[in-house]
Amino acid sequence: MTAEATAAETAARPGEPLVVLDHVDKHFGSLHVLQDIELTVNRGEVVVVIGPSGSGKSTLCRTINRLETIDDGSITLDGEPLPAEGKALARLRAEVGMVFQSFNLFAHKTILENVTLGPTKVRGMKKAEADKLAKELLDRVGVGHQADKYPAQLSGGQQQRVAIARALAMQPKVMLFDEPTSALDPEMIKEVLDVMVDLAKQGMTMVVVTHEMGFARTAADRVVFMADGAIVEENTPEEFFTNPQSARAQDFLGKILKH
Amino acid sequence: MGPVIDNLDLYWSGFLQSLEFILWCLVGSLLVGTVMAAFRVSPVPSLRALAVAYVNVFRNTPLTIVLFFMAFGLPELGINQSYFFFAALGLILYTGAFVCEALRSGVNAVPAGQAEAARALGLTFTQSMRQVILPQAFRSAIPPLGSVQIAMFKNSAVAGAFGIGGDLYSVGKTLTSARGYDYVPVLTGVAIGYLIITLTAAALLTLLERKVAIVR
Ligand SMILES: Nc1ncnc2c1ncn2[C@@H]1O[C@H](COP(=O)(O)OP(=O)(O)O)[C@@H](O)[C@H]1O
Ligand SMILES: [Mg+2]
Repeated sequence: MTAEATAAETAARPGEPLVVLDHVDKHFGSLHVLQDIELTVNRGEVVVVIGPSGSGKSTLCRTINRLETIDDGSITLDGEPLPAEGKALARLRAEVGMVFQSFNLFAHKTILENVTLGPTKVRGMKKAEADKLAKELLDRVGVGHQADKYPAQLSGGQQQRVAIARALAMQPKVMLFDEPTSALDPEMIKEVLDVMVDLAKQGMTMVVVTHEMGFARTAADRVVFMADGAIVEENTPEEFFTNPQSARAQDFLGKILKH
Repeated sequence: MGPVIDNLDLYWSGFLQSLEFILWCLVGSLLVGTVMAAFRVSPVPSLRALAVAYVNVFRNTPLTIVLFFMAFGLPELGINQSYFFFAALGLILYTGAFVCEALRSGVNAVPAGQAEAARALGLTFTQSMRQVILPQAFRSAIPPLGSVQIAMFKNSAVAGAFGIGGDLYSVGKTLTSARGYDYVPVLTGVAIGYLIITLTAAALLTLLERKVAIVR
């Protein structure tokens, strides 16, 4: 119900800029990890970020909910600049769902509690209501029958789907995925991608760092190619994969398409 | 064991008094240590500095000096309380420093992704600590926390020497010096009293550890 509500809202105002990165720079010591990044993600859009390891994809993703700070430039969500710290920052993060490569489910809480924690503690939702919402979301990602188990009792693919449900429970405006299938055994990748494709179809705004070309081709509106901390190329998936413009992208695609 | 059998009621009341003292110190030191551990890892520099100073002072000062200060220093500063209170305060502050360090190692054992996931959901620092980090830190810190608390049980006898009054230590002292009983049987009785407390605690700890273990 909730994600649908967000999706409906999104569908009502599609195409408006939702996340805007403007001249964003970041260093890790002497490493210039993000270089003058310009990126706009519009409402309802699915942007796939692709690029060699170490090119700054995770860092980029993490600046959008300020898990990483930036040195220069600005990031706005729905027109508002990201707050620097404190309660305002916490409120902002509640609007941005994040799915990590390593799932990061709360190890001491059941699957159901993992999903209800945010709604009850951050949104002040009543437990009964949060339980109902969580069960709906868990059903939707296909792990409803695992609600009372602990994360370690689930397979990686199941854990990642719970992580998606946990993020959705906050009714986020945008979802960030940082290599959500990279830690999964091959046979579990599809079940997670299927959930993500569904989400994309329902109009969720998504930023997805992934090397899954199949996902990019079916679900992405745009592919952003990064190398050495910079956005080198931006295009539709079809154009990007069949006709990459930059030498870096051609080289990279040559390597990953070989197998 | 004649003296023990003859004075079982005295031992029993001493045992209860020691137990009460220990329970106060247990709760107090866990509270103080938890708050200080949260300060220690907080993003606020002044809170971190406070926690570091606290741990450094109380972990590196001999317990007897801490107790002397409480029992004789605080009254000179115009703070008047019972010796029970002063001794408990001293032992709480002393033990709290070790609790803080045990918990901090527990916090460090919680994978960084747990805190990130909590923050990404929109939990504030305090909420992340209470809901996600500390519950896991406590679980992995149970063995060191257990050692710290068992050391505290035994240190309560030192506090007893400062005059909690009516505890196991003073029972031993009364029976030997005022009533002239032999040391060995009297102190054996005292030791048994402490052993009952520590061994029970150790058994409870093992149960607790099994019950709350986290599988990752
Ligand atoms: N916390 C950090 N401190 C220092 N360097 C970091 C940190 N996080 C990432 N880096 C470095 O920044 C670069 C980009 O990292 P990352 O954003 O994780 O790349 P990607 O996700 O594209 O593989 C890498 O060289 C990495 O070693
Ligand atoms: Mg990465």
